[in-house]
Amino acid sequence: MTEVSVAKDAVAATDELVVLKSVNKHFGALHVLQDIDLTIARGEVVVVIGPSGSGKSTLCRTINRLETIDSGDISIDGKPLPAEGKALARLRADVGMVFQSFNLFAHKTVLDNVMLGQIKVRKADKKAAEEKARALLDRVGLANQADKYPAQLSGGQQQRVAIARALAMDPKVMLFDEPTSALDPEMINEVLEVMQQLARDGMTMIVVTHEMGFARSAANRVVFMADGRIVEEAVPDQFFSNPRSDRAKDFLSKILHH
Amino acid sequence: MRRLPGRRTWASLHAEAREIVFDFLEGYDLLGAFWTTVQLTLLAAAGSLVWGTLLAAMRVGPVPLMRGFGTAYVNIVRNIPLTVIILFTSLGLNQTLSISLGADDFKTINFRLAVLGLTAYTSAFVCEALRAGINTVPVGQAEAARAIGLSFTQVLRLVVLPQAFRSAVGPLTNVLIALTKNTTVAAAIGVAEAATLMKTMVEKEAQLIPIASIFALGFVILTLPTGLILGWVGKKVAVKR
Repeated sequence: MTEVSVAKDAVAATDELVVLKSVNKHFGALHVLQDIDLTIARGEVVVVIGPSGSGKSTLCRTINRLETIDSGDISIDGKPLPAEGKALARLRADVGMVFQSFNLFAHKTVLDNVMLGQIKVRKADKKAAEEKARALLDRVGLANQADKYPAQLSGGQQQRVAIARALAMDPKVMLFDEPTSALDPEMINEVLEVMQQLARDGMTMIVVTHEMGFARSAANRVVFMADGRIVEEAVPDQFFSNPRSDRAKDFLSKILHH
Repeated sequence: MRRLPGRRTWASLHAEAREIVFDFLEGYDLLGAFWTTVQLTLLAAAGSLVWGTLLAAMRVGPVPLMRGFGTAYVNIVRNIPLTVIILFTSLGLNQTLSISLGADDFKTINFRLAVLGLTAYTSAFVCEALRAGINTVPVGQAEAARAIGLSFTQVLRLVVLPQAFRSAVGPLTNVLIALTKNTTVAAAIGVAEAATLMKTMVEKEAQLIPIASIFALGFVILTLPTGLILGWVGKKVAVKR
């Protein structure tokens, strides 16, 4: 009996990593998320696109409960999202998040930024944490910037440190909330390359972005949102060459040919 | 112009003049009194830094009861005159409730009560200076800290407060200077600090202006370097964004 249920769990676990069921959220009178149903499989890269104010950033932030929801269910790796306290903190440690404005800890060096969570949340010892932090900084191409402070780095460099900081927690899934929107054009690619590599390595990723090139090349699935709803979901090729909904056609016509 | 007698040197003249001008100081422990002022200041500063930080943590925290307590404390305590608080520690806590803070002679009891009163009062201002400092920390800093799984107290202790303190050095310096001067209120319950000595001297000596000047100078000597040093520290530790 036990064996059967364990096997069942294992199947479920490999299958669906993030599940949102009829999620609703209001900002005052604005119904910012309307009956959102979305399932993300382990290893899948999902890109969320849509016009400003469509609720895509809010959607991203509800997944680690930086935004609360009014109704519906969100579960990660089979466990419902805890409301608060230690359980929520534990879950957040398993969900990496990269912000539009980087949000590196301004009073700590790059190295300390990547070590902090390992030591204080994962209880890693200092030496192991530093080793891992340096390896991750090397992976994002910033090994030689370890002792600088965030303000001394360019935007692109800061964002790559932010990715390393999130990866240091060994997250099950990574959330990217418009990671390149605050960057100078020439710095966008260095960040996208790191993300492409992550996707190739099999990381489960939910990416809110306006980078259609990234969506085409790295996404398994594109989710198009407008006015708080998921209007269309499709594989990138199909979505970009043959969108079904009028709203998506209109959106793509405005951003793709100019 | 009168000529100086030959055998007198300038140095001996200065000494003589000093004796005449400053002889009213004789018999008074000026340094001792200012040392008590310094002790009151340092102990109350340390106490109010701790209690004020806890109050600020309560005021920005998620627990409504604590937020309510923090807000009520600050708004009540900072609006009561310090003299009333200091007198209350002596008349209310000590004489009515027999709280002596572990001391048994009058001198020590009153010194400790004064530190307690000054701490209770100054904490409200430390709390508000810190809260202003917390408001300068972008909300994204706390979000990023929560996102890597830090608990509320860790977010505050490791990310928000270290940055808040750095930007609050200026306002906290003002609080410290005000505290240094506020210690004079301890004279109301007979603590032998600078203002108490000044009162005694004013009663017994004739040189009122020199006495007032000397005490004013004493406080400036204490507070001016505080301002200069902490101003430098504030610049040095400022968080670059």
